[in-house]
Order: sequence, then structure tokens, then C-alpha cells
Amino acid sequence: MRAVGRLIVTALVVGLAWQGLVMLTGVEPFILPGPLAVFEALAGSFGLLLAHAGTTLAEILLGLALGALLGAVSALVLAHFRPARRWLLPVLVASQAVPVFALAPVLVLWLGFGMASKVAMAVLIIFFPVTAAFYDGLVRTDTGWLDLARFMGASPWRTLLHLRVPAALPACASGLRVATAVAPIGAVVGEWVGASAGLGYLMLHANARMQVDLMFAALLVLAAMALALYFTVDRLLRLAAPWQPESRNTNR
Amino acid sequence: MGVMAAVRDILVEEATLAHGGSLLFDRLNFRLEAGLWTCLLGPSGVGKSSLLRLVADRGGPVAYMDQRDLLLPWADALGNATLGARLRGERPDTERARSLLVRVGLGDALTARPAALSGGMRQRVALVRTLMEDRPTVLMDEPFSGLDAITRHRAQNLARELLAGRTVLLVTHDPLEALRLGDRVFVMTGRPARLEAVDLPAAPPPRDVRETGIMAAQGVLLARLAA
Repeated sequence: MRAVGRLIVTALVVGLAWQGLVMLTGVEPFILPGPLAVFEALAGSFGLLLAHAGTTLAEILLGLALGALLGAVSALVLAHFRPARRWLLPVLVASQAVPVFALAPVLVLWLGFGMASKVAMAVLIIFFPVTAAFYDGLVRTDTGWLDLARFMGASPWRTLLHLRVPAALPACASGLRVATAVAPIGAVVGEWVGASAGLGYLMLHANARMQVDLMFAALLVLAAMALALYFTVDRLLRLAAPWQPESRNTNR
Repeated sequence: MGVMAAVRDILVEEATLAHGGSLLFDRLNFRLEAGLWTCLLGPSGVGKSSLLRLVADRGGPVAYMDQRDLLLPWADALGNATLGARLRGERPDTERARSLLVRVGLGDALTARPAALSGGMRQRVALVRTLMEDRPTVLMDEPFSGLDAITRHRAQNLARELLAGRTVLLVTHDPLEALRLGDRVFVMTGRPARLEAVDLPAAPPPRDVRETGIMAAQGVLLARLAA
């Protein structure tokens, strides 16, 4: 709870500095609106913001679920089948050289202005960190455990199931945390390129109509949503792997 | 507890093994006698663990106990003790695991995860896991070296008691451990490595450290290993 307190203090300080900057420089509100104006827009268009936020959140969550699933499955396939490792790993790495931003127009062209293209964008961004981290965890199983499993007469499949997967869960969790942090990028970029709903769509429209305060309000909602999502996922991951030694003591 | 009778000696014959450009073993012969504890004593890097692996390759089904307890941090004591069965896709004999854990003094820690156990307790769980394998041959690579002196002493007695009747190969760098536990003790030195049998006090293992001759024999062995 102390973390929440710190967060509030930080937000207050940033808000005050922001308001001070606006008042001191007298910058035009269509360039940089003050925090009060942004909150006014937030309150005034709350229903609108909420509706668009719902769309974006749905895209992010769907992308996260599908991306995590795809990432986990591809990591398992890579770790378990040697030919898959030889053939697919270079392809996967090369695929990351193509910026997802460059793919956005193509995805919108193929999948339309609806949610599907945004979910696909999010999946593309999410699955790689999950695959990379989980795969890394899977191939780094303690050799002592693997020796033990061999002496016990375990099949490779059961060794994977009972030793390597649980041992790799903390690594997988790290990948999921990164994925959660970048997930909103996919959805919002998709919305910028072409959409009929969502916070990214709303921001683009507000920008075109010089409603900069609304734009900032949408940005605020997006940031709050991303933070809430990250902390929720982080908490869930901790619950999923409670044996993890907490070496980074958060109270110190 | 049904102890499987070990009927067969395990032979390593004319073993030659190169490691890092030099010969670790040059036509090495070694006999692991059925039903006895054989201790392999030697300095680090002399090839004790390599010989243990050769025995593992020739010895049929063996159970293995490492210097590290190798407990799974996500499983409780009972889950760790029954790991072998789960890895083989068999139904774990939870009752037997429970009674063995009780027997090694872990009756109150059945559902405790390794992080909540002391080093000695963890190694006892590892011992139960080894016993659950119920193999005629047990290979142990410095299983007690991570424990403090008193805990080690207790763990040695317990292992000796619970593994009675099995063929055991214990690799160690602790002369006293070998002298206390071994029916046969070999010193392994040199490169390529040679094996030399050590004369043991007449008392049956586990030998009392107050036994005449044990401490003197330890001194002699230490001096020889340090030479």
C-alpha cells in the first residue's frame, strides 16, 4: 500500500509541475493543455472515453491471451523438438527484424478496421518476449535435475512436464511481464492506422479536431489502464509461482 | 520395507577415459561388491564422479543421490519424495513415502516446501526420494558434504541404517566419512588414476568415531591425500 501512496505523491508532483509549466510559459492550450483542462475533458467525456477504452482493453486482453498461448506453445515446441529449433528459431528471430509498425497497414488491409487487426498486432508484439523468455528457461534446466530424471527412468516428455516446465515458469513470468508492458503498443498502433473505435482512434480524431485536452485525457486513461493491467498480471504471476525466492525485498 | 537383494557385483573392467588431453583412467579395474558399502576417497578432479558414472552405465537400474539435494522448490516434501514415480508415469506410493519421511524425522514437514526446511532436513528428503526408487544399487556423490558436522553425522547413520543390504557406492573427499561408513574403502589418486584399498578397523559400520584406530586412520589418510 505504501507503493500506492508513493504513486499518488509522484502523480501530484508531476501534475503540479505540469500546471506550473503551463502557467509560467503561457503555452497555448491547443499545444499543451494544463492538467486541470485535461481533467475537465476527462470528466466531460467520461462515457465516450470509457466506451473507447473498453474496445482497446478488449483488444489488449485478447492479444495478451492469444500471444501468451502462442508464445508458450512455440517455446515448448522449440525446446522439445530439435528440428523445430534448427528451422524455426532463425525464422522467429528474423521475424522480429520487421517492425510491427510497418506491418500495421497490411494487417488492417487483410483483417479490416475491426478488432481482429489490432488483436493480431498485439499478438505479434506479445508472443516473442514470451517465447524467448520461456524457451530460455526451458533449455536452462539444472543439469542435476536432468541427471536425476535420467537415473529415475523418466521419458523426455515427462521430464518436460514435471521438471522443465515448472522450472521455467519464473522465466516465462518475466517474459509475460515484458509482454504485458508492450501489449498496449500493438493495440494503439493498430488503431492509429485504421479503426472505428478505441483510444488510439479517439486520440487521432481529437488531434485532427484540435481537441488536445481530450487527446491527453485519452492518453491518461490509456496509461492508467496499462499500469493497472501490468500490476494485475504481476500479482497473478507471483501467485502462480509462490516458491520464487523474493530476493528483491520490496520493503527495503 | 522390502529390500531388494543385490545379487551381482558390478564390474568396471579395463576402463580408459580421456579428459582434457590427458588420460583420466588407463585400463582401470574396479569391482563394486554386491550388498556392501564401497567408499571412494580422493582429491577433487581425480575422477571419482567419472568412475561413478561408469558404474551407473554398467550397473543396471541404480538410484542416485547428489551433493546437492536437488529438491524441486515447487513441490512439498511428499511431492519430492515421490518424484520418481511421477516421472515414470506410475502411481506414487504416497503411503510408503509418508512412512519413510516419518522414519527420518520429517513427520511434521510432509507438506513443507524445501525453502522452509533446513539443509539437513532437505538432505533427508533427498534420502527418502532415493529410497523410494527401491533400487538394488545406490550411487551417492558426496551426499553429505554440504551439511554441518553434527547433521552430517546423523545423516550418515540414518543412510547406513536405511540402505542396509543394498550395493552402495559413496564418493567422498572426507576420510572420516569413508572410514565410518565403508565396508570397502578405496583411495583414488594420480593421473591416470589408481585405486588402492584401505585397511579398515574390524568394527562393522557405521563405526563410532571413538573407536580405537579411526582417528589415527583418518590422520594417515589425510596425510596421504594431501601429499
